[in-house]
Amino acid sequence: MIEKKVLNAADGCKDIFSGATIMLGGFGLCGIPENCIQALVEMKINGLTCISNNAGVDDFGLGYLLQNKQIKKMISSYVGENEEFERQMLSGELEVDLIPQGSLAERCRAAGAGIPAFFTPAGFGTEISKGKEVRNFNGKPHILETALNADFAIVKAWKGDTAGNLIYKGTARNFNPLMAMAGKITIAEVEELVSPGELDPNQIHTPGIFIQRIFKGSNYEKRIEQRTVNENK
Amino acid sequence: MGIDKIGIAKRIAQELRNGWYVNLGIGIPTLVANYIPDGINVEFQSENGILGMGPFPREENVDADLINAGKQTITALPGAVYFDSSMSFAMIRGKHVQLTVLGAMEVSENGDIANWKIPGKMVKGMGGAMDLVASAENIIVAMMHTNKKGESKLLENCSLPLTGVNCVKKIVTNLAVLNILPDGGFELLERAPGVTIEAIKSATKGKLIVNSSEIPEMQL
Repeated sequence: MIEKKVLNAADGCKDIFSGATIMLGGFGLCGIPENCIQALVEMKINGLTCISNNAGVDDFGLGYLLQNKQIKKMISSYVGENEEFERQMLSGELEVDLIPQGSLAERCRAAGAGIPAFFTPAGFGTEISKGKEVRNFNGKPHILETALNADFAIVKAWKGDTAGNLIYKGTARNFNPLMAMAGKITIAEVEELVSPGELDPNQIHTPGIFIQRIFKGSNYEKRIEQRTVNENK
Repeated sequence: MGIDKIGIAKRIAQELRNGWYVNLGIGIPTLVANYIPDGINVEFQSENGILGMGPFPREENVDADLINAGKQTITALPGAVYFDSSMSFAMIRGKHVQLTVLGAMEVSENGDIANWKIPGKMVKGMGGAMDLVASAENIIVAMMHTNKKGESKLLENCSLPLTGVNCVKKIVTNLAVLNILPDGGFELLERAPGVTIEAIKSATKGKLIVNSSEIPEMQL
C-alpha cells in the first residue's frame, strides 16, 4: 500500500505555484473541492489557468478566485450564472476558452489515458472549429480535439482511503474522475477517509493510482444553486 | 399570442415514445417531464451524470449532491444510475439517447441553431449543447416564435454564432409546430389554438411552407 494521506488542504496544495494550470472537478457547485479552493485563496497565488466546467457563482466556489483576480485564464463549458465571470470576460481582463462540455470531459480523460487527440462531431461548423483539423468519418465531418493536461488536478469525492481510492456520491461525480486521471499531481479531498481495505474494491470509481495526495475535508457548505422543491400535497 | 411555455412543453410531450431515453435542456424543455402521456415510459438523462432523473424533491429530501444540468435539485427514480461526464457524453455522442429537446435564440430554415452567445453582450457558454446537437438524430427545439423585441427567431440564416449546423428537425413554439425539411424551409404542421396562418407567416422570417389551407390546431 502506498500512503497518500496529507494533513489538510494547505498541506495538499502547498506546492501549487502562481501561473500553474489547475483542473478542478465539479458541475456548478456540485462536487467542487471546497477546502482546496479556500486554500488557493489563502495562498494568494495568481496567474492561474483553471480548467473547470463552470466557474462557481459570484461568491462561492471558483467565484472566490475570480473576485480576487487570481485567475488569468478559464477553460470551461458554461459560465451562465456567474456575473463577475461574464464581466471579466467581456472586458478582456480574463482569457476564456469555452469548450463543448463533452469535448471538455473527453479531453481530460484522453490526457489521463495517454491519448493525445481524438475526433468529435461536436462544434463542427461553429466558431470553435476554427483552425482545427476536419476529417470525414462515415460521411460526417469531425474536428480534432487535443488532450488537456494540467500541473495539478483537484477533485472532491465522498469516500476515500489513504491509498487514494475514491467513491463519489450522486451527481457530484461529474468531472472529478476524469480530472483525477489528467493531473500530473492529483489532490483529492473527501468527506470520509478510511483505511485501505475498508472500501469494497467492487464499488471504487477512481483507482488510487491516479491520486497523489488525499485528505479528509472539513466544514463542507455544499451550497445549492437552484433549490427546487416539489410542494404538491 | 398563442400558447404559453407550459403549452409548448405539453405539445412536445406528445412526441415522446415508449422506451426512449430523452435529454431535456434548461428552461422550457425541463417542463416536458411534467406532461408525459399515460402509457408512455421514458427515462430522462441529464448530462451532468444521471439517467433515471425524477421530479423535484420534497423539502426534507433536498440533496446538494443530486442536481440536474440546470443545477436544480432533483430526485432519482428506482433504477437510476450516476456516471461521470465522459460516460454521459458517450451516451449522447454514441446516439444512445433517442430525443434531445433544447431551447434556442435562433433557428435557420436549414436546421442551424444558435443558443449560446450574443457577441459583446452575453456569453453563457455552450455547455453540452454543441455535443448534443452534433450527435442527436432527433432534435426538437422549444422556444417562443419571436424574441423580446418581437423579431422572428425562425430565420433564413442565423445571425448569432452557431451551436450546430443542419441538425434541428422540429420546432414547437407558442404559435406553431414546424418541421424543417431536408432541402430547407419551415413546414407548418400545426397552429396554436386561435392563431391564424397569416399570423404565423408574419412572425416567420425564414421560408415558411404551407402545404394546405387546412392546417390543424394543436391538441393540448
